[in-house]
Amino acid sequence: MLYLHYLGTYFLMIAEMFKKPTKWSVMKQLILKEIDDLIIGSLGIVAFISFFVGGVVTIQTALNIDNPLIPKNLVGFATRQSIILEFAPTFMSIIMAGKVGSFITSSIGTMRVTEQIDALEVMGINSLNYLVFPKFISLMLYPFVISISMFLGILGGLAACVYGGYASMGDYIEGVQLDFTPFHMAYAFIKTLIFAFILATVPSYHGYYMKGGALEVGKASTTSFVWTSVVIIVLNYLLTQLLLS
Amino acid sequence: MIEVKNLHKSFGDAHILKGINTAFEKGKTNLIIGQSGSGKTVFLKCLLGLFNYEQGSIAYDGKIFSKLSEDEKRDIRAQIGMVFQGSALFDSMTIEENVMFPLKMFTKQSKSEMQDRVDFVLKRVNLADAHKKMPSEASGGMQKRVAIARAIVNKPKYLFCDEPNSGLDPKTSIVIDDLIKEITEEYQITTVINSHDMNSVMQIGEKIVFLKNGYKEWEGSRYDIFKTDNKAVTDFVYSSELFKKVRQMYLEERG
Repeated sequence: MLYLHYLGTYFLMIAEMFKKPTKWSVMKQLILKEIDDLIIGSLGIVAFISFFVGGVVTIQTALNIDNPLIPKNLVGFATRQSIILEFAPTFMSIIMAGKVGSFITSSIGTMRVTEQIDALEVMGINSLNYLVFPKFISLMLYPFVISISMFLGILGGLAACVYGGYASMGDYIEGVQLDFTPFHMAYAFIKTLIFAFILATVPSYHGYYMKGGALEVGKASTTSFVWTSVVIIVLNYLLTQLLLS
Repeated sequence: MIEVKNLHKSFGDAHILKGINTAFEKGKTNLIIGQSGSGKTVFLKCLLGLFNYEQGSIAYDGKIFSKLSEDEKRDIRAQIGMVFQGSALFDSMTIEENVMFPLKMFTKQSKSEMQDRVDFVLKRVNLADAHKKMPSEASGGMQKRVAIARAIVNKPKYLFCDEPNSGLDPKTSIVIDDLIKEITEEYQITTVINSHDMNSVMQIGEKIVFLKNGYKEWEGSRYDIFKTDNKAVTDFVYSSELFKKVRQMYLEERG
């Protein structure tokens, strides 16, 4: 019953987020600030992880192909499929649940503990619209981050493949272009947009409704990371079943 | 003026406020006092509209808050200034941005008009040089003064303060009390202060409401509090030897 209560509160929070909009001149500044914090601020870690994981996927694939009948371009093909279908949209989102999600929960949670949210409410401001809506809008640019992750993952794979001597650049690029299905990109970006919504709202929920002091802010951040990851993994399964099967 | 009639508030089985009746007058500093757990904060949060209540009514200048539409409630809230116990300054904004915030949200003033108003109120609370500081760089007393500046910048009709002196040294407490009293009289605001501080009670308490176990046990002015024989009030207010002596001297002076 308690979980149903939490779920109901979460959906009520989402509905409330769209009510009583904050003045546009103020909201515009908030959205730009959130884009800077959540999107631009994540590019470095996304680029770093994507490049090296792309390299590792390539090496692992190459080392597991020992049959001379299998063409060398399979390394590029397998890397592309792994990066586009799963690594960039799903696993990068779990990493972002740690980075962006914890940031959202702790910043909103700290505002709750220090009565800053009460101060907004007393002034007659819809605190959910003021705090959560700009995060939601800025994370609609999340597919842009995932595009960079896809590109750098494949580029990292190319670097590892060529400098590791597993296949030639031509073979790798041929593999990347082999049997390309445009719907796979659509599938990846549909998932990304849904995960962006989860990344904006689940951590906000944990921060907004937390009770207690500084210690509880830390606990809320951890709980938020766990639940955001769980929701992403479950939705990943459901969306894959719906879109690809 | 704020009128409270038969206010009841519960959390589950815990009945916190039990039929409070009182009125807070315009241009006066009204204090709510009482021991920890007596229901002061819950009462203040009901007055602010942060808590819903089961029974009774709260009227702002004759308008019963619970019967207003959402837009009318928002209009009332825009006329409320609040000083929180921990100041509740937005820590991602400078002091100047904190004070300018209500103007940005609720007025259509130009940037220069807002800047003039912010300069004026920061000067009024003796913080003319603190514009670009972050709240974390300000002392507790400065933060309280910024909170007061933010609360009065949009010329509120009602000012609420939750323990404005908590965590402050006695000298700074007096400065904050005097500032609140001056502002209340100058702008003819209805001010309601939730306090534990007996110095504040004696210094600025034009009307004092004493709560005990969720009931309004007593109300009167700071002069009445010397004369009252209500045991709960005297036990609370004169719990220190110093205040006992002050009371004795006051009563002796007046025969």
